[in-house]
Amino acid sequence: MAARIRYRYLGREHPFQWLAALAGAALVALGGAATGLYLITAGHHVTGMDNQVVWGLPHVFAIALILAGSGAFGIAALAPRLAGPLGHPWGRLGTAAAIALLLGGLAILLLDLGSPQRILAAVWLNPLSSFSRNIALYTAFTAIALIHLGALIEPRMRRYVGITGTLAALVALLLALNVGSIFGMLGTRPVYGGAIMMPLFLASALAYGTAAFALVWQAVLRSQGQASPPAATAWLAMALLTSVIATAALLVLHFLTLLYQPDLQEAARFLLIDGGAYPILFWIGVVAIGIITPTLLLLRRPARARGRALVGASGCVLAGGLAHLFVVIVGGQAIPLQIFPGREVTGAGFDEEAASYVPSAWEALVGLGGVGLALAILLLALRVLPLTVKHLPDEARSMHADSDPVTRSGSEAGEPAPS
Amino acid sequence: MSDEQPTRVSRRQVLGGAAALAGVSLAPGLFLVQAQAAGTGADSSVRWGLLVDTTRCPADCEACVDACQAENGWPTGEATEHPQWIRKMVVGTGERDGAEQALPVMCQHCADPPCVSVCPTHASFKRDDGIVLVDKHRCIGCRYCMMACPFHARSFVDAPVTAHASEGNYPRGKGTVEACTLCVHRIDRGEIPACVERCAQEGHAALVFGDLNDPDSEIRRALRERVATPLRGDLGLDPGVRYQGLS
Repeated sequence: MAARIRYRYLGREHPFQWLAALAGAALVALGGAATGLYLITAGHHVTGMDNQVVWGLPHVFAIALILAGSGAFGIAALAPRLAGPLGHPWGRLGTAAAIALLLGGLAILLLDLGSPQRILAAVWLNPLSSFSRNIALYTAFTAIALIHLGALIEPRMRRYVGITGTLAALVALLLALNVGSIFGMLGTRPVYGGAIMMPLFLASALAYGTAAFALVWQAVLRSQGQASPPAATAWLAMALLTSVIATAALLVLHFLTLLYQPDLQEAARFLLIDGGAYPILFWIGVVAIGIITPTLLLLRRPARARGRALVGASGCVLAGGLAHLFVVIVGGQAIPLQIFPGREVTGAGFDEEAASYVPSAWEALVGLGGVGLALAILLLALRVLPLTVKHLPDEARSMHADSDPVTRSGSEAGEPAPS
Repeated sequence: MSDEQPTRVSRRQVLGGAAALAGVSLAPGLFLVQAQAAGTGADSSVRWGLLVDTTRCPADCEACVDACQAENGWPTGEATEHPQWIRKMVVGTGERDGAEQALPVMCQHCADPPCVSVCPTHASFKRDDGIVLVDKHRCIGCRYCMMACPFHARSFVDAPVTAHASEGNYPRGKGTVEACTLCVHRIDRGEIPACVERCAQEGHAALVFGDLNDPDSEIRRALRERVATPLRGDLGLDPGVRYQGLS
């Protein structure tokens, strides 16, 4: 079945369009890199971060991209097995998108370090640290993704696709769980809810990854003038809906757990009710935009087959995901530590009251720079590798079936893969 | 720069092989400790600790903070934005009369330090004598240790270190994390931490420094006489800093 799929290179037919997109992404990436270098030389005092909120907006972007990369890799590896022929064409594109997202996230993390130059010399890593395990997983992720992509593209390696696909799903799973452990294993910050952070981040990774991949796929289809194939669109929409509902269920469990513990009720109240910007972000950003809207958009079966609904839901999921990570990561730090539980204290600012973190423009630029880098890498990959499908074997008849006039325009011409 | 740990750096400062200094008491809670012999590592039979008697610590006294600042060269400013190796806190006793207790909070030099567990590059480490330090040559400035510390005892150097601020006795650097070193450079010279010395000079003697493993040390005697508790004992970190009079 897979042999019948014809792949093509993106950007050869409309080089100026591709070049304009690449230039835009590269500009944003370079802006982020320049800002990051400024932070490294000037110091983090120009950011909104301080000694209480030590991980701010850059970490929110970085973790969102890394989780999205992990989820996209999972979809790329599992879709061909779970969705059958519908999912086969997603292997290459999903894997390339996963690498791009991961590298974008890692670039942000690197630029947000106080002394990133030392990481190159840090060969003796601490296996007890979730950060160190992540470094190993990033390396494994990138290596396996490149090998998996090679196996998907190169006919002589095709026999290994089963093995590389299994490894891909495994490393994606481990990475998402381990990112959750960064917070879940901080015993001194019970607001993160302990072990629940690991499945919560796994479900979030699947949601963000599916959403990011869906946007990439729909953009590629649109740029090629192809309609969104209904069956494949519906499958991806169902995957997105399932992961959003799973994330929502775990989120409810997380906060219920906090609310049922007397010493954590105040922290839960802070994030949900009286914590200033955090409850607003939670109820509007996370719940309304990130959970309810995509659920409503994809609830009806006919809607799930429409590319436009998938794009709208995916955008909401990613926006809600950023809000979720901001509330959890930043809000969790804003709450004063309980050095003397249950007692009134005065001391340094962070001993008395919640932090008022306002991210600076520099932080936003670094975060957006990572997104720009991910897009630039993906656009380059689309240009030099046969990643996109010329036509789908089982949905050829459904091409142009979508009523969206924009997706009906354009050409289907392209280059088939050398195979 | 080399990757030598502060133990070795400070050994260079030991004058003439530093023979053992007599334990001369200068004031209650103030005494000299045995110098680290040149060419040897930290003594694993020792566990340095600090006892804070909150009943002798006045709320309006910042002498320990000032001494630490002068000794280690960290700048003055709001603790949320500037490094603060030690800070004074005032804690309500919860009694109706509104009584309060004052006490200094700094790195608690835990036996099982979470900052060391989470540090990806082994920059945070615990010496054999129990002192928890940051190796500036390994610290990448990820701030994970700050997330893990339950006492807000660590600070991030988020601006270039000025000439004045670099005059301290412990290396500081932009983009790295730092915290109380228990004045390791002084301990290795056979002296006591600057905060302990200043507190005694001010006549409070609220701080007692010594070897928690030595049953004959002053800190152990004080611990036998009155109950002392660690901060957040529920976390099971076994801090090397204990507090007396903390109801």
